[in-house]
This record gives sequence, structure tokens and C-alpha cells, in this order.
Amino acid sequence: MNFDFIYTLELFPILLKYLGVTMQMALLGFVFALIIALCVAVIRVFSVPVLNQVSIVFISFFRGTPLLVQLFLLYYGLPQLMPWLVGMDAFTAAVIGLSLHFSAYMAESIRAAILGVDRSQMEASLSIGMTKLQAMRRIILPQAARVASPSLMNYFIDMIKSTSLAFTLGVAEIMSKAQMEASSSFKFFESFVAVAIVYWLVVVIFTQLQHRLEIHLNRAYIK
Amino acid sequence: MIKVTNLSKKFGDLAVLKGIDFEVKQGEIVVIIGPSGTGKSTLLRCLNYLETPTTGIINIGPVKVDAANASSKSVTQLRQQSSFVFQNYALFANKTALENVAEGLITVWKEPKQQALATSKKILEQVGLGDKINHYPVQLSGGQQQRVGIARAMAAKGEVILFDEPTSALDPEWVDEVLAVMKQLAQGRQTMIVVTHEMQFAREIADKIIFMEQGHIVEQGSAEQMFTAPKSERTRAFLARATK
Repeated sequence: MNFDFIYTLELFPILLKYLGVTMQMALLGFVFALIIALCVAVIRVFSVPVLNQVSIVFISFFRGTPLLVQLFLLYYGLPQLMPWLVGMDAFTAAVIGLSLHFSAYMAESIRAAILGVDRSQMEASLSIGMTKLQAMRRIILPQAARVASPSLMNYFIDMIKSTSLAFTLGVAEIMSKAQMEASSSFKFFESFVAVAIVYWLVVVIFTQLQHRLEIHLNRAYIK
Repeated sequence: MIKVTNLSKKFGDLAVLKGIDFEVKQGEIVVIIGPSGTGKSTLLRCLNYLETPTTGIINIGPVKVDAANASSKSVTQLRQQSSFVFQNYALFANKTALENVAEGLITVWKEPKQQALATSKKILEQVGLGDKINHYPVQLSGGQQQRVGIARAMAAKGEVILFDEPTSALDPEWVDEVLAVMKQLAQGRQTMIVVTHEMQFAREIADKIIFMEQGHIVEQGSAEQMFTAPKSERTRAFLARATK
């Protein structure tokens, strides 16, 4: 076998042009997922009537079905039922799909982290006259963030890689570009090695950022 | 200023408080004593609504809450009338000593941050921690943490500070510094209700001592009267054992 090293190298600048789309999907998806997950987690911790049951079904569905199925349902299936969705572009559908899917997992991580915060922290907050929501925002969630951050970072990394599924909806991101290059040049191995390296590098960079974030979140716990 | 009427608390079938009535005047220092498991801490926690009473009316300052129809708004108002010092300190782990004290002023009383921090710094100086304001709880000794706990309660603008066995979790070497801060508060006529097993301390600072047993108030009176001439045989027996 001969590996066309030069071809692979030349592919990087081409792929990097599309990295922006990939990262936009991942970052937007993560921000929305985090917002949804926080709401769902707090609803579940406080056992808010009705919303709690809705959250349980929500988590069950989005954890219980594959992301690819969810993306297809959202992009190809739902517009059939709701014609106003026909105009939705593939990028938007991918971001929505990724946020919903990952928020289901993240909600459970955040809920576990909240439950891990000592009960006395809530009592102390209430004792000085704070409301439960104030206590959540000022005391409980910041402490839960420290516990949840490694697993949330895991989901973010998973999300970066899962954006590659958006190519099945026709989003022009790095995976779709690699696939196109591969099928026109027939250099499949070279193309997919190149795209694998790009994903890997991105994940390595974010792992470094996570390391710094953890140092920041741990500053109150170092003797 | 504080009036508790027919307060009772059940955990399932277990009645922990069985119809408690008492009053506390402004500036009065009340110490609750009694054997373990007689509901002293539960009583204190009910005053702060950290436990929801089964029945009873709690009146602190201008706020009156009846367990029969306690809204969450009135409970929050009641809590703002008192503050609590916990046995295990319960400092906010993610905040410095200064931020712990300032938290209530900023979040509950909506004071400007700079003003709240300045006030909090003064309070920490009063409890002898002026040099530790930027330390996190894990960086402080037990005695120092509890003094921050007291400072936090002092900043809370409540009418009364409730102390739930504030020295029970401390190593013996840290007990005195915490008691000293409490004495200082007592001299300033801060209204206090204290649950403690430190009998000598109780006798020194209390205006009134309440002796509880099995969910009832058995007897209450001045420190002098309770320690020298208790009316009840049970009080006498308890104090004989506790002050041995």
C-alpha cells in the first residue's frame, strides 16, 4: 500500500476552512444543551409537579433513541407534520438535535452534582433569609459546577465529534468535506486520516482548557 | 419579641416536640439545656423553619407564622428575622470568609457590594478574624470557621441569633475562642437562644434557662434559680449529672 502523505497534508487547509461550521454547531449546541439541562435538573431536584414528569419522559426519549434517528426525525420527519418547519435549514436542525440529545444526559449529570452538595449548604442559605432559588443560584449551583465540570466536558467532547453526523443532513462541515474529497480523489484512507487528526487536535485543545477550568473551580478547596 | 405558642413537631409517628410555649424578650439571652434527643435542636430549627412544625404559632418581631397556613413568603420573612449558627458551621464552601458574611447583605438585603463587604470586614474584625477575610473555609480551623459562622449570623440583620450546639463539633482547644465571641455578643445585649451542653457557660451568660426533656419544657427560670434551687426533681438530677 502507498500512503499519499502530501495529499493528506494538502487536505488540512481545505478541511480547516470548514472547521468553523463544525465548531459553531458544537458551541451553540453545547450552550443550548447546558441551558436546557440546568432547567431540567433544577425541575427534577425540586420535583416541580407536572414539569418533573415531562422532564422524565424528555430524558427517557432523548437518551433512549440514537442521535442519528433524532436528527432524521427533526429534519426529515417533523416538517411533514408541521409544514412551517419546511424552511428550517440543516445547520439549525443539527444544532437543535444536538442540544436536545445532549441536554438529556447533561441534566442527569447536573442533577447528581446538585444532590452531591451537602444539605447544610441549602440550610445555611435559607437560614440567612435567602429563597430556594437564590440559594440554588448563589451557593448550590456554583458548588455543583465544580463536581459536574469533568463529565460536562466529556459531553462537550462527545458533541464536537457528534457534529459529524450533521453531514447526513447535508451540512457542509469537515466530515462532509472529507467525504467529498475522498470520493473525488479515491484517496479514502488519506482523507479520513486527515479528518480524524483534525478532530483529535480540537479535542486535545479543549482538554487543556478543561484542565485550566478545573484549577479555577478548585481554588476554594485547596488548603 | 419572640413568642412561641403550642409548637409541636412529629417525624412520622414520633412526636419530638409536644406543645412548646415560651417567650423571649428583646436583649434576653436564653439557654436551652436538657438530655440528648429531647428536641432542643428540633425546637431551634423550627424557629428558623429549617424544620416545618406540625402545629404552632411562631412570632418573631413583626412576623407571625402559623404552621396551619404557612406560605413560603411568610416563611422567608420569618427566617429573615433570625439567623442560625450551625453545629457543623455550614459555611458556604465556595466563598471566602468575607463573602460568607456579605452574602446575606448582598443577596437578601440588596446592599451595594462595596458597602456589604465593608460592613462584613468590620464584623469579621469584631470576631477576631480581620486577618483571615480572604481565606476559604477549608483553610480555616474549626474555631475560626465557627467564628465566621457567627459573623455571618451577626450580619443577617435578624432580631435573634439561634445557636445550635455551636461548640459540640469543635476540638477542645477551639471551644474557648468561640465562647468568648458569644460572651462578647451577650454583653452587647444581642438577643440569643442557645442550645448547649456547656453548663458553666450557660450559667455565666443566660438570663433565662429552659430545661427540656422528652419534647416538653420541664422548667424555666433564671440561671441562678435553675442552678441553685431547681423546682423539678428532673432538672435537679440532670444538672447534678451535667455539672459533675
